[in-house]
Amino acid sequence: MRATLVLLAIAVAVTACGGWGDEPTEVVLVTHDSFAVSEDVKQAFETESGLTLRILKAGDAGEVVTRALLTAGDPEGDVLFGVDNNLVARALAGEIFEPYESPELASVDPGLVLDTEHRVTPIDHGEVCLNYDKTSYERRSLDPPDSIADVVDERYRDQLVVENPATSTPGLAFLLATIALYGDPGWKGYWRRLRENGVLVVDGWEEAYTVRFSGAAGSRGKRPIVVSYASSPPAEVIFRDPRPSAAPTGVIEDSCFRQIELAGVLRGTANEEGARRLVDFMLSRRFQEDIPLQMFVFPARRDAALPPEFEKFAVVPERPLELAPEEIEANRERWVDEWTDIVVR
Amino acid sequence: VRAWRPLTVGVPLVFLALFFLYPLAAIIERGLRGDGDSALDVLTDPTTRDVVWFTVWQALASTLLTIAVALPAAYVLGRYRFRGRGVVSAVVLVPFVLPTVVVALAFLAVLPEPLERGWAPILIAHAFFNVAVVVRVVGGFWTNLDPRIGEAAATLGASPSRRFREITAPLLSPALAAAAAIVFLFSFTSFAIVLILGGPRYATIEAEIYNQAVRLFDLRAAAVLSLVQLTCVIAAVWVATRLERRVSGGAPLRAERDTLRQPRTAGEKLVVGLSLGALGLFLGLPLAVLVERSLAVGDGYGLAAYEALGRPTSVLLAAPWEAIVNSIVYAAAATVIAVVVGGLAAFAVARTRSRVLDGLVLLPLGASAVMLGLGFLIAFDTEPLDFRAAPWIVPVAQALVAIPFVVRIVAPTLRSIDPRQREAAALLGAPPTRVVREIDLPIVSRGVAVAAGFAFAISLGEFGATVFLARPDRPTLPVAIFRFLGRPGELNVAQAYALAVVLMAVTVVSVLVVERARVRRGGWF
Repeated sequence: MRATLVLLAIAVAVTACGGWGDEPTEVVLVTHDSFAVSEDVKQAFETESGLTLRILKAGDAGEVVTRALLTAGDPEGDVLFGVDNNLVARALAGEIFEPYESPELASVDPGLVLDTEHRVTPIDHGEVCLNYDKTSYERRSLDPPDSIADVVDERYRDQLVVENPATSTPGLAFLLATIALYGDPGWKGYWRRLRENGVLVVDGWEEAYTVRFSGAAGSRGKRPIVVSYASSPPAEVIFRDPRPSAAPTGVIEDSCFRQIELAGVLRGTANEEGARRLVDFMLSRRFQEDIPLQMFVFPARRDAALPPEFEKFAVVPERPLELAPEEIEANRERWVDEWTDIVVR
Repeated sequence: VRAWRPLTVGVPLVFLALFFLYPLAAIIERGLRGDGDSALDVLTDPTTRDVVWFTVWQALASTLLTIAVALPAAYVLGRYRFRGRGVVSAVVLVPFVLPTVVVALAFLAVLPEPLERGWAPILIAHAFFNVAVVVRVVGGFWTNLDPRIGEAAATLGASPSRRFREITAPLLSPALAAAAAIVFLFSFTSFAIVLILGGPRYATIEAEIYNQAVRLFDLRAAAVLSLVQLTCVIAAVWVATRLERRVSGGAPLRAERDTLRQPRTAGEKLVVGLSLGALGLFLGLPLAVLVERSLAVGDGYGLAAYEALGRPTSVLLAAPWEAIVNSIVYAAAATVIAVVVGGLAAFAVARTRSRVLDGLVLLPLGASAVMLGLGFLIAFDTEPLDFRAAPWIVPVAQALVAIPFVVRIVAPTLRSIDPRQREAAALLGAPPTRVVREIDLPIVSRGVAVAAGFAFAISLGEFGATVFLARPDRPTLPVAIFRFLGRPGELNVAQAYALAVVLMAVTVVSVLVVERARVRRGGWF
């Protein structure tokens, strides 16, 4: 009897550990806090592949990459999703990924592919843009600004709130937008004028958007222009009850800076086959069409249909501002330091 | 009792060595080994000097302000019996458990415009968070002080201020020193409050460590800065423990049944009313903002955000209400760990006067949470220490923050028990276990209950380690609040505030329950 129990215990332990050389039963996706997927889409992957999908959220994109760099070669999971064009050069230099060219890549917008060796694969893109409060400008009988250059105009004094690029991802993206537009060091003059025109710098998106910006629902903020996302107007419609017929906020299209989010197979994965299947799945139409309403960004696949709320209320900027990942990596620290000297001190 | 020593000293020591010293040492070692700015560059950088100076002075000023704000309420709770006394002492814990980001945003709504940014709102917010530490640690100790000495001095003609200066203050000082040390360490490592309310010009060492480690991935600079931080913290802990020791011992302690009395004269009633009223206003205003914002949906007010808590959402990988269950389960586990490990440590500290352990238990409060989190990652990744994905790692990390409270609340009381009481019992033939059971435990059980309530609340509110370690399909309340706040859209924001209100309610109720479940043996209660 006792021998049977011991054998049973061993059997249970072995099954729990995945057995000797058996097929792995799980694939682990390491990702950031903003990751979301519909339950039925997740289940579709699990049924198709026979693998359990475990999702490990590891902080914001910067924290996720930091953790992956620290555990390079002995990763916490099999696939990492959420590294963006601001961080990808650092991640590639840290050798955290294994190359994998997904067959689904053929359907992806080639402008989003950042690595010719395919160590990272584009999954989605979102744009950081200036948003404005429509009602505020109707009340002021003033046209909302039309471009980044407009915002330094006297008419828009004390109206802009931005996030600190040293502490906030959208804050950094907007700084990069001005650098892409005015060049280096041309951007410095722009920020000096912005400072004279009363720009308010806050720590993070939460404060900027929900407290300082006047256009967010329920906010008592006084500033009608904020650095947020191209997808913020549809969110203002979807998460309001009852839903309004038009978005209360607008996007300044010429101000948008593109953020591409990428996934990669982590070097040292215990389940390379499953990791590849997961990357393929993330590029499938099923997953891609689930992206907008789950994560409020746009799919990388050209043939993925957008949900009606996005068709109606979101702006997909045609010519977003961009900078090469290597250029960002080489200059990021200096730019942020110089920005701090100009705007804060 | 000597035979217990390996247990009372050994268990806490092994726990702290394994879950605190080892991961912290691992990440600092990795940082110093890697490349990045040289240590000398970091140390001589004028920014570092400014950051260190600001961190130290704001922590000192926050500590003084907190004590000033909290002392009247501590006095009232320590001396008077009145209806709702237990509720008051549970409610002061509410600010303590709320996520800092939520509180910072609520402060922006109530502070008058000139006070909105800079060092002043930082100090006010730190006082708001830490009032509970002083009220409960000092008030709890005050409850056990024998009031008869003061009464005797009054009979002999000592004025109230002289009685406070020469009798109450010296007797209270072990608890005051303990509370001050905790408040100092919390303010010292404050992070989100400083960045949001201070504005971009202010940063603490902790904020700079985060910046270096996560934003710039300069692990060497982060490691050097965390050593600087650790040095300051060790110095502060050393001063605090010396202060505590110099002044402690021999306070005449009694159980609360014999010390509390109802306010009788009009003057006493006024003191009780004013102290509690002022505290209520100070704590209530920002909390009222949270309630108001949780109800603000559409053009008016309503319960839509609360109704939505029952429905699954894309923001979490679970329905929001499940976060309540997760929080309570984790917090219960963490409280058990903290009370066992911290209780043993308190006995060791009080009986053996082990200085190393005494200081060591405080260190997790002052060490960098960012570095500790990264340390867990690289220290616990291989057999036999492969804990990265273990579910119990969450309560262990929460207990690390709660243990110092248990020790700091229980040890001063234990230390102040007159040794002659124990000697007399031993002389009369009581075996050591009986001495502990009948002398130490009854006096200390009130402290243990306060400490357990504290530990529970700390674990409920713990964010830094939990967000790092908790599985995404099992979010705790603070984690869920943080996720909702990160999404645009009215309902998401309202749900974040609704969950904050739920967290407030869960805190008050669970602390009341935990504190009721105190030891009833010995006939003192």
